[in-house]
Amino acid sequence: MKRYSVFAIAREAMRHHTGWERAWASPEPKANYDVIIIGAGGHGLATAYYLGKNFGITNVAVIEKGWLGGGNTGRNTTIIRSNYLQDPSAAIYDKALKLYENLSQDLNYNVMFSPRGLLMLAQTHHEVRGYLRTVHANNLQGVATEWIEPAKVKEIVPIINIDGPRYPVLGALWQRRGGTARHDAVAWGYARACSDMGMHILQKTEVTGVRQENGAVTGVETSRGFIGTKKLGIVVAGHSGQVAGMAGFRLPLEAVALQALVSEPIKPCMDVVVMANTVHGYMSQSDKGEMVIGGGTDSFNNFTQRGSFHHIEETLRALVETFPMISRLKMLRQWGGIVDMTGDRSPIISKTPLGNCFINCGWGTGGFKAIPGSGWAMAELMARGHAPLAAEFGLDRFREGRFIDESVAAGVAH
Amino acid sequence: MLILECPYCGVKAEESELAAGGEAHLKRFGAGSTDEDFEGYLFARKNPKGVHFERWRHAYGCGKWFLAARCTATLEVFGTYPAQTAEPPADLVAKIKQKRPEWEGYK
Ligand SMILES: Cc1cc2nc3c(=O)[nH]c(=O)nc-3n(C[C@H](O)[C@H](O)[C@H](O)COP(=O)(O)OP(=O)(O)OC[C@H]3O[C@@H](n4cnc5c(N)ncnc54)[C@H](O)[C@@H]3O)c2cc1C
Ligand SMILES: [Zn+2]
Repeated sequence: MKRYSVFAIAREAMRHHTGWERAWASPEPKANYDVIIIGAGGHGLATAYYLGKNFGITNVAVIEKGWLGGGNTGRNTTIIRSNYLQDPSAAIYDKALKLYENLSQDLNYNVMFSPRGLLMLAQTHHEVRGYLRTVHANNLQGVATEWIEPAKVKEIVPIINIDGPRYPVLGALWQRRGGTARHDAVAWGYARACSDMGMHILQKTEVTGVRQENGAVTGVETSRGFIGTKKLGIVVAGHSGQVAGMAGFRLPLEAVALQALVSEPIKPCMDVVVMANTVHGYMSQSDKGEMVIGGGTDSFNNFTQRGSFHHIEETLRALVETFPMISRLKMLRQWGGIVDMTGDRSPIISKTPLGNCFINCGWGTGGFKAIPGSGWAMAELMARGHAPLAAEFGLDRFREGRFIDESVAAGVAH
Repeated sequence: MLILECPYCGVKAEESELAAGGEAHLKRFGAGSTDEDFEGYLFARKNPKGVHFERWRHAYGCGKWFLAARCTATLEVFGTYPAQTAEPPADLVAKIKQKRPEWEGYK
């Protein structure tokens, strides 16, 4: 693989950009692999990458029914933060944030990680108490967050209206290291690095069945025929229940639609990420100048990759009070993704009832920020059968009642 | 926009007038049941991409719970029926079978 660098840009500029290589190969499937990962979203690709990088396992295929990064990874609002409440969450999300900090260098691919700072507004007294608690928890976990007063919020976000009649801003949880990254670039960067290690990324290949013998997986049926494997990782987000069904087990998950929208591009007006959980809205400004806005989830099971229109209305109605200037903006695009929700709003990174078959799912509305940490943990689980970061996120926690309750800390979809 | 007809008051209610209540016809397991059954009852869901039987409440109308059969892949509504029904009504199941020949059935 030719490395990307300033010299490469200069060299290619001199020869009319004829020397750029394809970022990843599109090979024919082999008959067998050591590891197959189903799903080329961020989590599946990161799992493959760390299998190669940390454990030297490179006879790997990542199988994707559509195009890589075309699932939730390419549909999310790219908020990255690690200010969760429970210790196991703080550990894996902060690991992810630390990996994000050097990801562009590590992958030799600019993922445009932008640690611009992240505010979670408290707009009710209940939220004030909740965030004060989170700040204390984060300090004990070694995750730097602060509680800030309304005046300071106004200083950081001049366009905000802190004394709206219905949703006054009573303060905020502030994580300076939080921010955003370019979602596609995260998928593309990992894919390029995986391909460079000799892994196969098989796009437009749908897994339609999981074959097993004596209680262990032997391979997958796909739209391009049977492919054998020693180990299988299921990393398919919204379709986890469907693929788990092929492997013969059920999951504590339900799929719902989450939507987002962007405005027309405007001049820079807000250089942090703002989340307003009470009103179910969050906003940041992209490098192109669009205001990127995320809303709430539908309340019913849904696989349509759209969302209900009234959620957009509710989100915008509330955001317009908090950010009056956006009332004049035209919205350009709206889209939805199918997110996999668990009861405790925490992910599942686990062995499964089927031997040599592992699953990584349940990231729901907030897994983009976790991609590097999740891939790191999943790779270790698949290579060694045990991973400290994944230990608490097993499927058995539901039977044993060991929930990792993040429905308070997450509160909203992001 | 999802529209469901409340089987009690007959109102064709738009989704913002309703509250979704999750999978219908769950078999309850309580004290004395195995851990597996209890876990299944509390957490495991069919979550199908296709025909789904589910609970709804006419929250901003008559306030009553009712059941619905709906396709989660297209949002098509096959029908609604009262909550005091232990299994999907046979005529509704027949109607769905006709529209979705590949459907595996309710069980
Ligand atoms: C609107 C929206 C906003 C969001 N905002 C944020 C945010 O601000 N911050 C944040 O951290 N998270 C956010 N999220 C959540 C985040 O997008 C997801 O948690 C994360 O991207 C999940 O990544 P993944 O790799 O697990 O899944 P995906 O990216 O969905 O990848 C799964 C892949 O599996 C493939 N697949 C499925 N079935 C099969 C099959 N049978 N055979 C082969 N391939 C299959 C799919 O095609 C898909 O490409 C948001 C999500 C949405 C929808
Ligand atoms: Zn009614």
